Amino acid sequence: MKKMLSNPVFWRGAVSIVVFLILWEIGSRSKQWMAPEFFTPFKEFLGAMGFKKDYLPWIGAVPAPSAVLKSWIPVLGQAGYWQSWYMSFFRVMGGFIAAMIIGIPFGLMLAVSRVAHDVGFPVFEVLRPIPPLAWVPASIIFWPTQESAIIFITFLGAFYTIVINVLGGARSIDVRYFQAAQSMGASRWDIFRRVILPGTLPSIVVGSAVGMGITWEVVVAAEMISGGGSQQAGTGGGLGFFIWNSYVGGSYEQIVVGMISIGVAGFVSSELLRWGGRYVTPWLKAR
Amino acid sequence: MSEAAMARPAIVPGEISVQGVSKSYGAIHFRKEVVHDCSFTIERAKLTVMVGPSGCGKSTLIRLLAGFEHPTEGSVTLDGTPITGPDRDRLVLFQETALFPWMTTWDNILYGPRARGEQTKHTVEFGEFLLAKVGLQDFRDKYPGQLSGGMQRRAELARAMINNPKVMILDEPFRGLDAMTKELMWEYYARLYEENRRTNFFVTTDIDEAVFLADRMLVMSNIPTQVRAVIEVDLPRPRRLSDLVESDRANDIKKHALSILHAEAMRSFSRGSKAAADFVEAYLKRASRA
Repeated sequence: MKKMLSNPVFWRGAVSIVVFLILWEIGSRSKQWMAPEFFTPFKEFLGAMGFKKDYLPWIGAVPAPSAVLKSWIPVLGQAGYWQSWYMSFFRVMGGFIAAMIIGIPFGLMLAVSRVAHDVGFPVFEVLRPIPPLAWVPASIIFWPTQESAIIFITFLGAFYTIVINVLGGARSIDVRYFQAAQSMGASRWDIFRRVILPGTLPSIVVGSAVGMGITWEVVVAAEMISGGGSQQAGTGGGLGFFIWNSYVGGSYEQIVVGMISIGVAGFVSSELLRWGGRYVTPWLKAR
Repeated sequence: MSEAAMARPAIVPGEISVQGVSKSYGAIHFRKEVVHDCSFTIERAKLTVMVGPSGCGKSTLIRLLAGFEHPTEGSVTLDGTPITGPDRDRLVLFQETALFPWMTTWDNILYGPRARGEQTKHTVEFGEFLLAKVGLQDFRDKYPGQLSGGMQRRAELARAMINNPKVMILDEPFRGLDAMTKELMWEYYARLYEENRRTNFFVTTDIDEAVFLADRMLVMSNIPTQVRAVIEVDLPRPRRLSDLVESDRANDIKKHALSILHAEAMRSFSRGSKAAADFVEAYLKRASRA
């Protein structure tokens, strides 16, 4: 903790967030400080540009951070809000872990076996450009529950990225390592275990980090479209549904609360992932 | 005899014979012959150094000796047996380091025995011995990325030697190191060789390196690669760099080899080789210094 406080990186980050919040607050309150006569020409100018005359375009319509905070505090006490966190995390983790479990071996197989590549890659490449969200109607129909449909869509978001990264990573391992291992008498299995696998690990970590970002994008959209998954109304259907529900209910502050919650959730998960990544590839930081 | 020395396996030096080997690349109409009718022997328990201008096909020869590629014509044999593929009998140290970046120095050195499932108390002891021999005891748990260029080369030497190959093949292993490190590496390597007298094949473009290390020197011609001359380097061992600087015999050998290389470079220069132009320039600089 003491180390963190004396770290300039920490302070730069803190200052940047504070400045951002202050600018946001000022912008949001433009209705108030733009009231005096003094601003009339400026308001006329905004009107001429096609904007509303009494506040700054866009930012003036957004609830101020102070207002957001004010509406956040009671929300913190609601079980539904935390249920939303839990639901979204559950879906992200479910889809993401499934994508790792299936995607990493699949990518390695494509990289190692010529035949597997020739057979598997064309299908993969045709399916890959289909955005995960285009799968929403189909998966709602074909999966037994909405929950499994959402997890499936989340899975797709991470799967393609992980496979492409694993494949590329394994392919780009320098041929010298294979030659060295081969000439020292290593078997194919040993080369796989001690050369290909560790050689691909950095790409697996990168692919997972990118995939994790995509899962959060996808889960929120999937929750919005599928109406929160579970039938219960209110705020029990994940953070995406929380936002949608706030929008429908006209609580604009809560929209922002939901957005920031997702930002925090995404940050926490990529931070966890980065930590795990550093742990499994100790040779990369050791430079 | 110390305990570490007992851990060392017996050295069985091999002899490689290259007979009428040609190697060409490319499809029929665009064939380029890199090696043409090349014959030489890498004699048993000797350090054979191959010198030639860069880009003269030496690396192709190395790949043939290692078994990564096969000759278009002719034969490469180790103790009479044709070479069909890579094997621990013939270990290669490449120009660039091929240490596994994800393994510590120690794990890298023990890679061969572990990969073959042959790790025993003796191989571990031999590993310790080699680690000390290349002066990396303090770096056993470091990753290659944390080692200097010279240390990496030494770790790689140890990684190859633990497999007790019949022939060690080194493809310009000290290229790219700074002059001081390079000389240090020469002494390390010469000492290792003098202690075990394994069959060594060392490829270089550096004539000083060649004369300091070699028992026999093969002077190569440009593409297609052929042996232009064989020079026996009868300098006493163990060799030290300081002795060599003052040795007239060493200078004579150096001049002799250079004159052959020069003639060779002039020949390919007249055919418009860029590498040869560089060499002639370097040679003239050198002649004016001598």
